[in-house]
Amino acid sequence: MGAYLLRRLLIALPSLLGISLILFTVLAMAPGDPFSEMATNPNVPPEVREALRASFGLNDPIMVRYLRWLSNMVQGDWGFSFASRINVDRLILQRVPTTLFVVGSSQILALCIALPVGIYAATRPYSIFDQVANTLAFVGFSLPTFFTGLLLILIFSVWLDWFPFVYRSDLAATGWRWYWEMFRQAIMPITVLGLFQAASYTRYVRSAVLDVIRLDYVTTARAKGLGEKTVTLRHITRNALIPVVTLVALQMPAVFGGAIVTEQIFRIPGIGSLLIDAILANDTPVIMAVTFVFACLVVLFNLIADILYGWLDPRISFS
Amino acid sequence: MKDQELGHLIARVKEGALSRRSFIKKAAAVGLAAPFANQLLAFNGVAMANATLPYKPTKAGGGGPLKMLLWQAPTLLNPHFASGTKDQIASRIFFEPLAGWDKEGNLIPQLAAEIPTKANGGLSADGKEVIWKIKPGVKWHDGKPLTADDVVFTWEYAADPATAAYTTGAYTGIKVEKVNELTVKVIFKEPTPFWADAFVGVTGQILPKHHFGEYKGAKSREAPANLKPVGTGPYKFVDFKPGDILTGERNTEYHIANQPHFDTIEVKGGGDAVSAARAVLQTGEYDYAWNLQVEDEVLKRMETGGRGKISAVVSGDIEFIILNTTDPWTEVDGERSSVKTKHPTLSDPAVRQAINLLIDRDSIQKFIYGRGGIATASFVNQPAMFKSNKLKYEFNVDKANKILDDAGYKKGADGIREKDGKKLKYVYQTSINAPRQKTQAIIKQACQRAGIDLELKSVTASVFFSSDVANPDTYTKLYVDMEMYTTTQPQPDPERFLNQFTSWEVANKENKWLGRNVSRYSDPAADEAYKAAQKELDVAKRAALLIKVNEIFCEANVILPLLSRTRVAASLNNLSHDHSGWDVDTWNLAAWYRS
Repeated sequence: MGAYLLRRLLIALPSLLGISLILFTVLAMAPGDPFSEMATNPNVPPEVREALRASFGLNDPIMVRYLRWLSNMVQGDWGFSFASRINVDRLILQRVPTTLFVVGSSQILALCIALPVGIYAATRPYSIFDQVANTLAFVGFSLPTFFTGLLLILIFSVWLDWFPFVYRSDLAATGWRWYWEMFRQAIMPITVLGLFQAASYTRYVRSAVLDVIRLDYVTTARAKGLGEKTVTLRHITRNALIPVVTLVALQMPAVFGGAIVTEQIFRIPGIGSLLIDAILANDTPVIMAVTFVFACLVVLFNLIADILYGWLDPRISFS
Repeated sequence: MKDQELGHLIARVKEGALSRRSFIKKAAAVGLAAPFANQLLAFNGVAMANATLPYKPTKAGGGGPLKMLLWQAPTLLNPHFASGTKDQIASRIFFEPLAGWDKEGNLIPQLAAEIPTKANGGLSADGKEVIWKIKPGVKWHDGKPLTADDVVFTWEYAADPATAAYTTGAYTGIKVEKVNELTVKVIFKEPTPFWADAFVGVTGQILPKHHFGEYKGAKSREAPANLKPVGTGPYKFVDFKPGDILTGERNTEYHIANQPHFDTIEVKGGGDAVSAARAVLQTGEYDYAWNLQVEDEVLKRMETGGRGKISAVVSGDIEFIILNTTDPWTEVDGERSSVKTKHPTLSDPAVRQAINLLIDRDSIQKFIYGRGGIATASFVNQPAMFKSNKLKYEFNVDKANKILDDAGYKKGADGIREKDGKKLKYVYQTSINAPRQKTQAIIKQACQRAGIDLELKSVTASVFFSSDVANPDTYTKLYVDMEMYTTTQPQPDPERFLNQFTSWEVANKENKWLGRNVSRYSDPAADEAYKAAQKELDVAKRAALLIKVNEIFCEANVILPLLSRTRVAASLNNLSHDHSGWDVDTWNLAAWYRS
């Protein structure tokens, strides 16, 4: 197991290196520069703009810039943002808790819906409940989050006036009031993300349970005279959930990516909106850092999925 | 009205025999706009009227929280690093300049005790010196007093190229001396008619020497005060998350009595302009939203809810078209659109005149921009004393057809005019932005009716406005026949703004296309008038010279102004605010209140 982990981590290194090289080159070749806003301002002499470009090292060849970035990165220096002139790691750390809170809660919500609905629907295939659940699931993952987000804003903020649609990271309230305000502002983005995930998870859970439910050992369990509840929970669900667990782990990076749009709509100060702002401002160090964090997440969660799979299913060996 | 008569009237105002208001009325009767009349009075030593908000609250504080929404989030709080308006707005909450600009382009003292004039000895007769008196008793947020040392330090800080301040243009080439604890002297090398640049408005915010003193030059990025500002402004810093939220609390020691009204301030950033307007006008979650470049129709629909209102103020932004008189399709010495070439058809003044007649400015204003712009034929529109009254626009397809017929351009089988085998087919470029694409379509349609074919091209804004030397689609490259964008006149004085009409600013390969004259057109008469204006100290004569520069380019139909843009903001009905097109929205934040 230890050897396997080591091997996987060693394989991950070159792929991360490759990802960073491609990212850097694409960004360097992409048009635009961080000082475009100064271009139309006659108060900023062109020489100042040039001096800034030089001092930020933007005039060096791509490879030189990449190697400089890489050697700094290895030493733990993530560089500083061109837009706010503060260190990138500080910027990202400021944003991570919010993203984790929103993405985490939406995942919990998604599982809370998908597991019972999926299992119940699979135990009664083609019943009315199953049909309704299926239809809703299809609708759910066909609707993109930017659409449902705007829809919820229109209904609950503009028409009904129940919830605010601007998310604030530092609420002015304390105690119970803080929790209430937090609930009010977080419910819409979490619902949007959670329902979207729940829709696809429901489908997976249902098909995984359907696969297992016809197997002989389930019939045996029933023949032993076990109650329906015990059979479903202890015998069916435990085995059916093995693929679901790995799937959830594999989906995590995609969820972070999907949260970018939701963060933008609800003005949630997470790393997704940081990425969007950085792209709009051509703030290369921040774009590099955030995309690199996403790349690391993908590699990491892939590894976690593999390990979890082996741990849940003893038939798989890591040798 | 003759000069003498005006002089007589001004003298009566000075004596007190005639009120300001009746002077302005009399001046208006003979066609002088109010701001111009105001400027005349100011120049002659009569104090300027104050177009700022009347402040009603009788005590400081008690207004609760003020919540502002900027759809582009502020990312830094050092006013001299502030590249975008969003950062300038945020830093202006904590820092103040010696004086700011109100919405009519008047200079209003902030940290200065008074505006320097000839009468009070602040302006020297040769136009080379300005003496600023600092308001006594102003304290920094940490309790230390504001002195002349801070002002002198601000100059040293911003003028140092190693600091890499965006405001450096206002501070290089001048010298600042401390006269006494509360007086500084600004010395120019040349007579400078427009002296209100250093220490004024957006570029002029004063930094505390005791916080930034050690961080001048290359170490500027390391100053802790970059993110934890200590200023003199109406609100004290509490917390800042770059790109997200900024909070502040009332400065109880603020230097204006009974101000500010609000107890706390919150500036939230992010999202887009439409939803920012919605958060104010429809849901009322925020008190104020800025820079709403949203179609007027959408704003009107949101306003019907009755919660908030839209306010638009004039600014120096001008949306305009450049007709390229050089050849964008031939490469000479490694560059296209070189001044060494001539455009096959657009170098003909008749064609340019015809195109100008084919722009339906009134419809563009009415159906696209609404309150966001005012149709105009003049490149400089504000303040009114610099606007050309001679330039008029007209939409007349028949006249355009006639001009082209007379000039010998005949319609071919495909309906496109041509002469000597050269067709009137042009590429018309702008940045991607819904109102701009609609404007393109309106102009294309009209041109079709006159036998001119326009190929529309739109470029992503981040590319279009970049200074990327390798990219052929940037606006300064002008590798097209026609181009449209907005440029900004940052101060209520158009001198520096009009340098884009001078021959030495022509953008070319040599200056890496950083030259400000994008049109490449030049005229010795314009150069001469511009140089004369730089030295002319007589306000009226100088305005006339600058107007001439503007008229030369507009009458040559090289520059086709479309709309003078306004700055649009949304606020709740009960918020009294004061934003200006010549300064940032928060320039007079201390005087905002809720009724």
